[in-house]
Amino acid sequence: MSTPGSTPWFARHEVRLAWRDFRLLVGQGPSRSRRGLVVGVIALGLFLHWLADKMFGEVGAAASLADRPTLIVMTGILIMGWMLMLSQAMEAVTRAFYTRADLELLLSSPVPAWRIFAVRIVAMAIQIGAMSMLLAFPFLNVLAWSGGPRWLGGYGVLLAAVMLAVAVAVALTVALFSIIGPRRTRVVAQIVAAVLGAVFIVALQIAAVATYGTISSTLVLQSSALEKVAPGTDSLIWLGARGVLGEIPALLTLLALGAVALALAIAVFAPRFGDFAIAAASVGHAGGHAARDPEAPPRFVNRSPRQALQRKEWTLLRRDPWLASQTLMQVLYLLPAAFLLWKHFGQGVDIAALLVPVLIAAAGQLAGGLAWIAIGGEDAPELITSAPVPPARVLRAKTEAVMSALAVIFIPFIAVISMVSARAGLVALIGIVVVATTSTAIQFWFRAQAGLSRLRRRQTSSRLASVTEAMAAISFAAAAGFYTAAHTRAGVILGVVPTVIGILIVFGAWMIRPSRQA
Amino acid sequence: MSDSVTALALRGLSKAFTRPAVDKLDLTVCAGEFYILLGPNGAGKTTTLKMVTGLLRPDAGSIHVFGVDALADPVGAKRIMAWLGDEPMIYDKLSPLEYLDFIAGLWEVPSSVAVPRAVELIELLGLQGHANARCEGLSKGMRQKVALAGALVHEPRLIILDEPFTGLDAGSARLVKDVLRARLRDGCSVIMTTHILDVAERMADRIGVIAQGRLIAEGTLNQLRAQAGQGDGSLEDTFLTLVAQGALEGEGAG
Repeated sequence: MSTPGSTPWFARHEVRLAWRDFRLLVGQGPSRSRRGLVVGVIALGLFLHWLADKMFGEVGAAASLADRPTLIVMTGILIMGWMLMLSQAMEAVTRAFYTRADLELLLSSPVPAWRIFAVRIVAMAIQIGAMSMLLAFPFLNVLAWSGGPRWLGGYGVLLAAVMLAVAVAVALTVALFSIIGPRRTRVVAQIVAAVLGAVFIVALQIAAVATYGTISSTLVLQSSALEKVAPGTDSLIWLGARGVLGEIPALLTLLALGAVALALAIAVFAPRFGDFAIAAASVGHAGGHAARDPEAPPRFVNRSPRQALQRKEWTLLRRDPWLASQTLMQVLYLLPAAFLLWKHFGQGVDIAALLVPVLIAAAGQLAGGLAWIAIGGEDAPELITSAPVPPARVLRAKTEAVMSALAVIFIPFIAVISMVSARAGLVALIGIVVVATTSTAIQFWFRAQAGLSRLRRRQTSSRLASVTEAMAAISFAAAAGFYTAAHTRAGVILGVVPTVIGILIVFGAWMIRPSRQA
Repeated sequence: MSDSVTALALRGLSKAFTRPAVDKLDLTVCAGEFYILLGPNGAGKTTTLKMVTGLLRPDAGSIHVFGVDALADPVGAKRIMAWLGDEPMIYDKLSPLEYLDFIAGLWEVPSSVAVPRAVELIELLGLQGHANARCEGLSKGMRQKVALAGALVHEPRLIILDEPFTGLDAGSARLVKDVLRARLRDGCSVIMTTHILDVAERMADRIGVIAQGRLIAEGTLNQLRAQAGQGDGSLEDTFLTLVAQGALEGEGAG
């Protein structure tokens, strides 16, 4: 038994809450649905292992520490992954500052605040590490199966990378907090997180477009130009890749580096977290935004309930910092696509076939975020329910608000693609409407009214929905790629397979949706 | 108070979660009446009001609001009602005026009517200096007042309030009481839950005492005193006696 108020005691408390959150997440719905969920997860795991085997099955045995091209590609992938971890960690740290939840209770207790935050920083590392492990699991397993146990070093590198990412994220967020103050940090930190998550892969893709006329970032990593300027195989820059390939000294160095960085971040910054959290709390009390003109007369416009709902959604979407960062990240991911379009405009269907799936996948992700805010993140669900508007009309108005926000971003792309190929434009349009509709529907089925202010709950409760909507969007995007590129009947038939998979995923989401009482 | 028109009629209303929360409840609120529901925690007060406003679906029974069947025609009933819960239901990122504009849109109030009402409510509730500031910067009491303005801007015929004085200072509470009294004079009906017995004593035309989901006593303050055998006793004594009697009857029935 740990002493009440001690660090292990807080850790136990956090683990208990996380476990109950998880139980709530998978425990919703009838037991038949839960069984379906387990079967679905196992099936997905097997599918990912199969996919990893097709992609990397032959790399496992062939990869060598003496092979510079291998080291370059692996380091590139590691940097990409680490930047994503850093982005996630920054968002988590920002959340820790601004989400009140139980913070007021904990800060008002006689327990030193640093203990709470030390545990929370470690919890962030565990959470991000678990997600990363989950993603890397099939690939590392397949590599270890085909290339020997040395590849299991990848798990160690992942652990080190997570610790380093969380340490850097804490330092970066605290620096922002100290430099620009609590009010601005709330928005800026989320935007920085979004940019960090996208910048490396976007830069590689833009380089690929500029050099090879394709969006594939791996081509840049495999280029002879990069190989020429890359340092020798004994350089410290390959430490991560060496660790993944099972070189024990490199692995131990990385683990030590990660652990020291995380310990330092906790030792230096955890004692100051309480002050930051208190400063962040004053943002709300001081008023996030000053009134434009306190005496300005009201300017109401006659609106139907549908218009009122849409306008409200647009205003909230516009003013939500989390959404601003997510939209920015999506727009950043679209930059290479836009660059590709601009550079190769007029070159026909091949470019369109490359772009349409990218656009559809991006639309699916963005639609999911927007739909969550419009449906699950409704701040005043009781007000909306007590209004004289039928629920179906409310849902329709909210869906339209999401669709029109997407239209603003994607119509310019569809217009330009249509000029290249009318068929590709039509496929892109249908694909975007389909993924936007399915993402909104999935968010509706899995909605847990959390309120926009309760970021933490929002992000835990919608994970299952996020995964299913992403899988559906990827399937539909793949189908659209086949439909755009298909010149033969066989090509069209190939597109039917991912379409059916997408429909099955959406159907599966509907089957396992939590039951509703009222 | 006019007894000829019924503002709210509940008949055999029932709702169970893991155990019965509201049990075959019959209740009538007359037009122009200020009706207060009292009861211990977990008695079923909020569940009852949430069923009236369509936030919960009853297991059995009927709800009529000014003759409109709220279960058969929920939209028609909602058009003439307003609900205000104990937690202010407003949007942090909207200003009070934007919020009222939104409510006017939901209830389809023409802007020519909504604007003067909004201005009047903002002034009446002392929100002038904050009308264009985002609600995220407002105190709990101010947010409660914004939510109240939202409940009144579409001029409902029946106002349903669940603990509306939570978080209000004495001055604000007085202001809200004055606003509600003014609405009653204009022919509006109010049904409200509160734990502040002083408010019930001063404002209610009739009081209903609910315990274990059943209405155990109802009437004016004097009628309740008589029922409890309290003579000139305070409402607190009367309430506690009635609840204790109700609990005994409940045990006897069980």
